[in-house]
Amino acid sequence: MRRMSWFNATSLTLGFVFLYLPMLILVIFSFNASKLVTIWAGFSTKWYGELMRNEAFLDAAWVTAKVAVASSTLATVLGTMAALVLVRAGRFPGRTLFSGMIYAPLVMPEVITGLSLLLLFIGIGLDRGVLTIVLAHTTFSMCYVSVVVSSRLVTFDDSLEEAALDLGCSRLEAFLLVTLPIIAPAVISGWLLAFTLSLDDLVIASFTAGPSATTLPIKVFSAVRLGVSPEINALSTIMITIVAVGVITASLVSKRAAVKRRNEEQAAGRA
Amino acid sequence: MRKFALIALPYTWLVLLFFVPFLIVLKISLSDLALARPPYAPQLDLSAGWQGIKDFFGGLDFENFIWLTTDDLYWKAYLSSLKIAVISTLLTLMVGYPMAYGMAKAPEEWRPAMMMLVILPFSTSFLIRVYSWMGILSTEGYLNQFLLGLGLISEPLMILNTPVAVYIGIVYTYLPFMILPIYAALDKLDGSLLEAAEDLGCSRFTAFWLVTFPLSRSGMIAGCFLVFIPALGEFVIPSLLGGSETLMIGKVLYEEFFNNRDWPVASAVAVVLLLILIIPIVLFQRNQQKEREAGQ
Repeated sequence: MRRMSWFNATSLTLGFVFLYLPMLILVIFSFNASKLVTIWAGFSTKWYGELMRNEAFLDAAWVTAKVAVASSTLATVLGTMAALVLVRAGRFPGRTLFSGMIYAPLVMPEVITGLSLLLLFIGIGLDRGVLTIVLAHTTFSMCYVSVVVSSRLVTFDDSLEEAALDLGCSRLEAFLLVTLPIIAPAVISGWLLAFTLSLDDLVIASFTAGPSATTLPIKVFSAVRLGVSPEINALSTIMITIVAVGVITASLVSKRAAVKRRNEEQAAGRA
Repeated sequence: MRKFALIALPYTWLVLLFFVPFLIVLKISLSDLALARPPYAPQLDLSAGWQGIKDFFGGLDFENFIWLTTDDLYWKAYLSSLKIAVISTLLTLMVGYPMAYGMAKAPEEWRPAMMMLVILPFSTSFLIRVYSWMGILSTEGYLNQFLLGLGLISEPLMILNTPVAVYIGIVYTYLPFMILPIYAALDKLDGSLLEAAEDLGCSRFTAFWLVTFPLSRSGMIAGCFLVFIPALGEFVIPSLLGGSETLMIGKVLYEEFFNNRDWPVASAVAVVLLLILIIPIVLFQRNQQKEREAGQ
């Protein structure tokens, strides 16, 4: 094993400092007692208390959670169906348009997606609120889900499902009992991706949200436009913690699943 | 029949919520501003029958697009978005390449953890990551305090609300997009090629320049497009870090729609932005296609 060169070690260290220092500062200053965010005045958790008493933020957080759960679940169902179509359906009329519509939202600027959906909702007279945000988020995140799931489906061994069909399963049973459990990790990571995309989205939500429903990013955005605030620092710290814990748990779980599968495969190979 | 049902549901969804909205944008971009609800004309009046359809198509024109070329604001905004996107893509490459290279050369057992460290910030809120720079770059911010404290500067630097802050924001938020494809390309690289180059008398650096760098080209191209494409239409970064001086087309579109309530012009801005984006998207697809074919 060659030791890392001086140059590589430096560029990695500086790179990771660049990636993490801003967030670290945010976390540290969320515990600052002073209202002046850039001057340290002792440790305090009072901004977390303020945040918990802030009705507007709590309402927005609740709306955001509802939207994220609903849209990511819908997106996972639709995205998995779309992935099955892309990988297995072969040729059908309008296939080019279909795959175009799956990939286009991935590169479409958010301002355009948001604008076009808003114009649609106004055109058909749908009042803007939770429903319209869910529809908007489902539409763009189903595309991400279908990309994740179809990359797993490509390597799926079709003979397993054929065996289930030979043994008397219906098509749906074969899918639910054989295929779905095998592709489950991809479906779950698709759901998680859709969930974080929805939690995170500001631009599309600001176009499709109405006065009756505001999401957390919209609230945060209108607050930070006026400058840095200790309450937003506290909120950011909570969100960073949730994401960090979630991502690390997910990666540990999937690592364990991979080890288990490898062991099972080896055992099956010996038998 | 079952196949039909499987196709029909996602297909209908995407047609109704992606394709049709896009056609609406196209249509409104050809309409005129009107003091009505919704604020544009003509409206398709099917009750008037054939005459209604004729009036509708007769009322569409390219006036908004001509307007975009005559008013300085728009073409300046497109140009400045392009400039900002190009510069920040190159800066991201300069920061990302050494990191990807370092990761590819790091001991094998560290790599998964490093990979995780690169992806982790990417999954935290985009808005928060951009916001975190506001406190650092403002005139009384941490960076200025630090530099003043060291005595390196005597006056606080104006960074927030300038294009420099936008560059920093884009490099920071899109860095993982650059690192991952370059790392993937470098990781695949056959180490014996470098040894051969060194055996044949190349210095370390020449070997890097003649062997490693060209072989990681497709990763760099992919990374650059993955940064450039979203950066061009960026809205959050210029509005939080760029101030009123920094023109970017995503911000202009947003303001045209919400502040000026000029829907036809906002739609025309969107259509032109898409036309500009088609070029890098097609080039990106080609690069990926070539890569796949080379892999087979």
